[in-house]
Amino acid sequence: MTATIEPETDPAVTVDLATVGVRELNAELHAPTSRHYEVRHPQGAHAVAAGVDIDLTVDIRGHVGYYAAGMNDGGVITVHGNAGTGVAENMMSGVVRVTGDASQSAGATAHGGLLVIEGSASMRCGISMKGVDIVVGRDIGPMSAFMAQAGRLVVCGDAGASLGDSIYEARIYVRGAVGSLGADCVEKEIRDEHLAELAELLAASGIDADPADFRRYGSARRLYHFTSGNDY
Amino acid sequence: MCGIVGLHLRDPELYPQLGRLLETMLCQMGDRGPDSAGVAVYGDHRRVPVGHAAVSLLPGTISAGDLAQAVRNALPGAPEPVVTEAGVTTVVAAPVEAEVLLAAVRGSLPHATVIGFGTDLAVYKGIGHPRELAGTYDLTDAQGWQGLGHTRMATESAVTPQGCHPFSVGPDQCLVHNGSFANHATIRRELRAAGHVFDSENDSEVGARFVADRLAQGEDLEKALRLLCERFDGFYTLLVTSADGFAVVRDAIACKPAIIAETDRWVAMASEYRALAELPGVERARLYEPEPERVYAWTREGVTA
Repeated sequence: MTATIEPETDPAVTVDLATVGVRELNAELHAPTSRHYEVRHPQGAHAVAAGVDIDLTVDIRGHVGYYAAGMNDGGVITVHGNAGTGVAENMMSGVVRVTGDASQSAGATAHGGLLVIEGSASMRCGISMKGVDIVVGRDIGPMSAFMAQAGRLVVCGDAGASLGDSIYEARIYVRGAVGSLGADCVEKEIRDEHLAELAELLAASGIDADPADFRRYGSARRLYHFTSGNDY
Repeated sequence: MCGIVGLHLRDPELYPQLGRLLETMLCQMGDRGPDSAGVAVYGDHRRVPVGHAAVSLLPGTISAGDLAQAVRNALPGAPEPVVTEAGVTTVVAAPVEAEVLLAAVRGSLPHATVIGFGTDLAVYKGIGHPRELAGTYDLTDAQGWQGLGHTRMATESAVTPQGCHPFSVGPDQCLVHNGSFANHATIRRELRAAGHVFDSENDSEVGARFVADRLAQGEDLEKALRLLCERFDGFYTLLVTSADGFAVVRDAIACKPAIIAETDRWVAMASEYRALAELPGVERARLYEPEPERVYAWTREGVTA
């Protein structure tokens, strides 16, 4: 570990991935000697800040590769750039923020916490989400919220084709157009409690949008049970 | 898995650096495909001098001297051929028409496998780790206006030089593939029935032969790739290049990764961002992921789609 403390300009411990490996970074984050880390030169590396399990603050300056902040459990992790496939996959709690765009399967299977993507997310955003809240500043790609089980997905732009295919539960809010709805995903009425939770999620994300502009989608619950003799 | 990298230079000042940039990109994708790697370079005058055509081949056990003599014998009166050995690959260039050189090589070296031909193209294939192969190909010193590479993790056919990408089966054309085609046997039978000859059992070669067939019928890269999307089942992210073009397409499910970066000086495509991270000016590039079943194509003049 070659982490250095720079108290005068930055109270955080700085780890430069140009000189230190991701394994060393993550080992430090799993047995931390500070509460605040700054990571430089990620250059698209995989699994940056994966497995954080206490309330550390981690600022990553640059684009990251696959599985950044994966399994996060309490960390406040910000990617100041774009994220590759599976950012915050299987998050349990905490906050992961991406200031740019996210690749496929953002927040996949995540159980809790808040994932904020200020730009757009590509395909399969929130696939099999199990309780996480995901707020996307712009658009999401096709096949998002596939088999979503619990949690909330808020999209301030458009959603691609087959949104919410085979969704169990989870509530989806989209401000823009929806390419198409997947099997068993339907539009639902927005009631006061939905406007209230949307307002809370937008405020927590720091995104300025009017809850009244969104439409709500969710499960028609027709695929919960096998229907003998069904014809689809 | 498998990794793809491609670089199409817009700024001629970067041409001398093409090989060095491409090598960095290729080595970043080593983890995605450590069993073999192939590279194609367009415009490398060390290998293909101006006014020459070139054939890239896997000559087998023939020595470079015997190979040069065979080409001399097949092209009586032609100036001395330029022969470059790079591992199991040999590139032969001569100041004749590409079809003439191709026929001469095929006629005099019937057991060699042709892995690329044209007036601007050198193709290299080999087995081993991409980092070592980049040295074997002397990629660092390659120059040119366009290049692509593939790191292979074989899934459906053997690890051989012949099974290595890129597949280059039409003049100055190349195709690299991440994924697997499901109906390649059916399409291979159809293409064989139409007279196409295959060099390997590799599914990606079927894609390359299909594209070459459409280009030979006068269609452009964009149209050929749209037809490929209609005809092929399976998983694919493809990068396809021609004498003046560079195109990317992904299947409808798009589970094989791809990222494109564009600046005024270059267009680059790779499986992952880390392959692009060292390109000059990448911090100001427009970065995006290609959408499913949409063809993205560029030519040396500019964007066409």
